[in-house]
Amino acid sequence: MPQFTLKINGTDHSLDVPSDMPLLWALRDKLNMTGTKYSCGIGQCGTCTVLVDGKPTKSCRSRAVNLIGKEIVTIEGLTADCSHPVQKAWNEVDVPQCGYCQGGQILAAVALLENNPKPDDAAIDEAMSDNLCRCGTYVRIRKAIKLAAEYAADEGGAA
Amino acid sequence: MNTSIKPAGNKLDRRSFLKVSMLASGALMIGVGSYGTLLAGEAGQETWIPNLYVRIDPDGKVTIISKNPEGGQGVKTAFPMVVAECLEVDWKDVRVEQAALAVDDRYGRQALGGSRGTPDGWNDLRIAGTAAKDLLVAAAANEWTVPASECYAESGAVVHKPSGKSKPYASLLKTAATLPAPDVSKLRLKSRPEEFKLLGTFVRGVDNQKILTGKPLFGSDIRLDGMLYAMYQKSPVFGGKARSANLEHILTLPGVTHAFIVAGTGEYNGLQPGVAVVGTGFWEVNNAREQLEVDWETTHADSTASFDAQAAKLAGEMGEVLRHDGDIDAAFKTAAKVVEASYYYPFVAHANMEPMNCTAQLHESGKLELWAPTQNGKAAREKISANMGIPESRIHIHQVRMGTAFGRRSRTDFASEAAWIAREIGGKPVQLVWAREEDMRHDFYRPAGWHHFKAGLDDDGKMIAFDHHFITMGKNGKTISGASLSPKHYPAGLMPNFRFRWSIIECNVPTGPWRDPGHSAYCFAYQGFFDEVAIAAGRDPLEFRLDLLSKSYGKPPLDLVRSSNTLKLAAEKAGWGRDLGPNRGLGLAFHFSHRGYAAHVAQVVAEGASIKVEKVFSVLDVGPILNLSGAKHQVEGCVIDALSTTQLEVTFEDGATRQGNFQNYRLLKLDRAPDVKCHFIQSENPPTGLGEPPFPPVGPAIANAIFAATGTRIRELPFRRSGITI
Ligand code: FES
Ligand code: FES
Repeated sequence: MPQFTLKINGTDHSLDVPSDMPLLWALRDKLNMTGTKYSCGIGQCGTCTVLVDGKPTKSCRSRAVNLIGKEIVTIEGLTADCSHPVQKAWNEVDVPQCGYCQGGQILAAVALLENNPKPDDAAIDEAMSDNLCRCGTYVRIRKAIKLAAEYAADEGGAA
Repeated sequence: MNTSIKPAGNKLDRRSFLKVSMLASGALMIGVGSYGTLLAGEAGQETWIPNLYVRIDPDGKVTIISKNPEGGQGVKTAFPMVVAECLEVDWKDVRVEQAALAVDDRYGRQALGGSRGTPDGWNDLRIAGTAAKDLLVAAAANEWTVPASECYAESGAVVHKPSGKSKPYASLLKTAATLPAPDVSKLRLKSRPEEFKLLGTFVRGVDNQKILTGKPLFGSDIRLDGMLYAMYQKSPVFGGKARSANLEHILTLPGVTHAFIVAGTGEYNGLQPGVAVVGTGFWEVNNAREQLEVDWETTHADSTASFDAQAAKLAGEMGEVLRHDGDIDAAFKTAAKVVEASYYYPFVAHANMEPMNCTAQLHESGKLELWAPTQNGKAAREKISANMGIPESRIHIHQVRMGTAFGRRSRTDFASEAAWIAREIGGKPVQLVWAREEDMRHDFYRPAGWHHFKAGLDDDGKMIAFDHHFITMGKNGKTISGASLSPKHYPAGLMPNFRFRWSIIECNVPTGPWRDPGHSAYCFAYQGFFDEVAIAAGRDPLEFRLDLLSKSYGKPPLDLVRSSNTLKLAAEKAGWGRDLGPNRGLGLAFHFSHRGYAAHVAQVVAEGASIKVEKVFSVLDVGPILNLSGAKHQVEGCVIDALSTTQLEVTFEDGATRQGNFQNYRLLKLDRAPDVKCHFIQSENPPTGLGEPPFPPVGPAIANAIFAATGTRIRELPFRRSGITI
């Protein structure tokens, strides 16, 4: 079993896990970073979404060992004070109900806005339809993404 | 700040017991606060705890205790808002703390379900806030030696009206603590929406910061020193017992520390028989679980096919007549027109976002500690006590946040399993998490139902007779959880000739409460059929429903005025009757459940064989609104959930559930979500919860809109049985 290092939220974390262990379980059970959630384990719900080199990635389907050398961002790594435009918008609109899916939703939205600073409804539908919300917060997610785009634009596009 | 301080009661000084009064629920309100209680680590500071719900620190910080578990219904924000409203403090100065399950009944009911939290808590929360506020006003009046009637409270301070002077609450704590408890029966409680400052406004969730930054919050986020992880494999055929398993092999697998068979008690809602696998992480344990080979002893082979066949046979029988008003047969003979139709809905799963889980530790002292994402900690504690012979007083339950609830977490199975495993492994903390597949295959499903309706119309198109044969699920001739229907249900009592009968299919599938149990299923049948009858009578579906609600025969089964007003406003908001152009339609439905009145108008557009639900106009009358954000959340969430549910079914084969994960149980995603416009009719009627009442009429409103747009009448769920996809 190899010992290896992953760069998560800008910090190096050393791991000693089987080569087939998905990142999700390395995060949750080995590093005690529980912001990334489990719901289906088969890539169908997006609850476990993290960013790998800026791309939304399902951590239940990505082996930890394959991510050596990549920049991994989890919900814990966005900002601790909720100052990211997406976090700010999410709070303003009060998106969460139970909140369980929201880390994944937020990271998917961050990636969307990085690529498309002013997404229309179709772009939002497209980018956000990998993420299930059992509470049905979709109406507010749409609204919050548009608001986050405005916040980011006000900050000079630094989403 | 020390957050381990328990609500009043744990550190009561002797005097506190001298003056107590009752809250509406019967819970004790501590009249004289435990003034003088020193908080650990904060020697010299004195905190005032006037009652179970309120704590004010000498620096003016107000802590409000949230007694009920939170699972997305918003109670952790809405309930403290009620206390803050009556205590007259600014919301920004309030901190909310989640109560553990109390060792006694001091809080009354601490459960989530039946939309009962709001009606149950309403009086107690107002009493707690108002009583504390009155004590502070009296304290200020004493200090100023002026009559209390000249003083009022505002924004965390008491103001003397004639002089304009004011004192912040923080400066009044010592005096307030010496005053006698107010007489609860004399308190003036705010009840009218016009009196509220905070209630009814848009307040954001108190846990938002934690959620948005990924802080540990949920049951499955608990991490304890030396904690192990567990899974519990049950028989795919419900209720099967494990005779033997390849435990020797399982124990050789990497990361596995324990594997053992549990005989269980044979109860679905308790400790079922199974095989426990324990190890160093979810991944390791799940891998081992997948290699389990278990010889199960099973006793039935229930299947969807056999249920369908029995239902078809029973449809031709009379069944048991539970109610017969007037003379149904004679009425049909004289009816100008008779309309008949049959409706069906399948079993569905809860599919909670966070799979069932529970963390447990049996301490050396004999105390069993649980971190349980449960809707009903009390039921879990009773069950565990009975299963394991541990006195309830030795079982401590932390009510941790739930990644959705929907009724599923009112069952005691997952907590029973975690507790049992914790004892078997001897002392280490252990977290049980179910794999998604186990969660879906061992749910307590919403049961299927068949409804055969026959309506008789007179010459004016008025419904004068209604016969209803309900084929439902049961055990030993009695309906099982979620499968019952009241003979008093609307339209009973609104019709001169009415008959309700049922037939029961024997069922070994576990069933349970599922978001507005019963109502969320059969409303689809009733409201679809009413639409058909209206159209057959050549009448407008709105006008037909309003007419039906205009007169009762005997005691009305629901408030006819509130019902009609809800329907009318929904129609008005949606522009009922407007021309939508081709392929578009509006559909209407109404329901009354859990003291809440709900009407929706759905607007759909047909895009080939697929339907897009564009908008849903929702009107709710649940009395005053506590938190506008939370209230809208529940309406929006119910609309999405109900639309999603029109697409779903769980089926059984050889005694087991066929679906196992989201690839064959496809919940609605964002791209198919409609816009939701909601309106509330606010009144002085006592408030009720909103987690359930909005749900039932959503599905039929959409089905009726699809009929308006396409001419296809949907009488079965999921919609795809009628060739419709969303
Ligand atoms: S848990 Fe990874 S997609 Fe569902
Ligand atoms: S907020 Fe509960 S699942 Fe999305």
